[in-house]
Amino acid sequence: MKYLDEFQNPDLARRLLDDIRSTVTRPWALMEVCGGQTHTIIRHGIDQLLPEQVELIHGPGCPVCVTPLEVIDKALEIAARPDVIFCSFGDMLRVPGSDRDLFQVRSRGGDVRVVYSPLDALKIAQQNPHREVVFFGIGFETTAPPNAMTVYQARKLGIPNFSLLVSHVRVPPAIEAIMTAPGCRVQAFLAAGHVCSVMGMGEYPELAARHRVPIVVTGFEPLDILEGIRRTVRQLERGEHTVDNAYPRAVRGEGNPAARAMLADVFEVTDRSWRGIGTIPASGWRLSERYRDYDAEYRFSVDGITTREPAACRSGEVLQGFIKPHECEAFGTLCTPRTPLGATMVSSEGACAAYYLYRRLGTTPTPQEASPVV
Amino acid sequence: MCLAVPGKVLDIEERDGTRMATVDFGGVVKEVCLEYVPDLQVGEYAIVHVGFALQRLDEESARKTLALFEELGLLQEEFGDPWEAAAAPPEWEERGPGAATGAGAGAGAAPAAAVGDGVQEAGR
Ligand code: SF4
Repeated sequence: MKYLDEFQNPDLARRLLDDIRSTVTRPWALMEVCGGQTHTIIRHGIDQLLPEQVELIHGPGCPVCVTPLEVIDKALEIAARPDVIFCSFGDMLRVPGSDRDLFQVRSRGGDVRVVYSPLDALKIAQQNPHREVVFFGIGFETTAPPNAMTVYQARKLGIPNFSLLVSHVRVPPAIEAIMTAPGCRVQAFLAAGHVCSVMGMGEYPELAARHRVPIVVTGFEPLDILEGIRRTVRQLERGEHTVDNAYPRAVRGEGNPAARAMLADVFEVTDRSWRGIGTIPASGWRLSERYRDYDAEYRFSVDGITTREPAACRSGEVLQGFIKPHECEAFGTLCTPRTPLGATMVSSEGACAAYYLYRRLGTTPTPQEASPVV
Repeated sequence: MCLAVPGKVLDIEERDGTRMATVDFGGVVKEVCLEYVPDLQVGEYAIVHVGFALQRLDEESARKTLALFEELGLLQEEFGDPWEAAAAPPEWEERGPGAATGAGAGAGAAPAAAVGDGVQEAGR
């Protein structure tokens, strides 16, 4: 129980845990979709505090981890060009491409800059009219609206030297892919709260009904996650499968209509490949026809890339919940945050990094882990 | 990166036809675009992600979350120097299991003395 004292409100945490304990009668496997939630769970030992019938499976909700290698390699090639200022969020710097990362591109003379907001990249474009400024637009539904707004602004203000390298992904098709994958053990989802802050919950009832799977919108603070689990387990025990909002302070049913309208204007849905997982139909966004001029893939010819994924890396299985990070042979030996083989070891939201950082290595495997289904 | 941080609106102005605010995140002040929560007022709180307000938040939840983030070092992660972090993840070096020693990881490997309980068996 050493972790419980670290909760912001240990008494409330204890009450939620007691409630879960008294509700559960059978084994259940829940997937938390969001990498931020994975981090909270491991950091606070929530998976170890839960009754052993409740298993948490870590999901693919880390944007840094799922950005396909091909797109990373394109980014690296564009960033290395002398006429380009390449702007990115800080957590992409160490994501390994086939033979280098952005950090190395910069140390070899590339002009790579880290920005806090995509609007900062637009400002850099305004200040450097004779250079091409490219922003690396990755992320889920939470990050896509800021990037959409930035492209909209670039067009409105007539800034011609700005473009976006886009690799946005969407959660609902990923849930669909997980539920239909052979060997899927997931029985319920803790949906990512901030994704729903933007998108609302409208896409979920159909998914919940068709797969008979409860979907509970959950925040990412320790108590939020316990409350999400509590509500999920209740539904599972009662044989229900509805969409429930356990994060109402940040999520309204309709999400953020202004952000959704901008998404619909600037982007269009497309198939996307997810690193380690493969292509999921309709699981991403690209710039719509009207904004093609701002698409870095069209502006720079970066075709003919051959990608090389390290054979030892099993991040695809980690991302789909088939194995836990420490079951990968390379974990902690060949692969560490300093010498990462896969993106899941790089990102602060990656499951491998969370396990490494919080020393989740020698835990006794649960019966399910000891005899993996796939 | 996917995390959104609550902040308090300090002031609001129109820039290039866009509603922008200065927002305080527990001491770190940043420029934030309000186009997605256009009726947000000075003194109110919102969840902010990569420089955009995404939803209004009540003050009590915002303060609690900010205090928690501060304690967990997440504010440092979000607003600290990313190049420094990428050059040598300091916390990871200290807290990592050090199992990379001898695996060709080079100077960054933590000393074997830092190896935690049960690390040798990890994942084998
Ligand atoms: S530990 Fe490293 S090599 Fe193994 S799955 Fe994770 S990122 Fe890939």
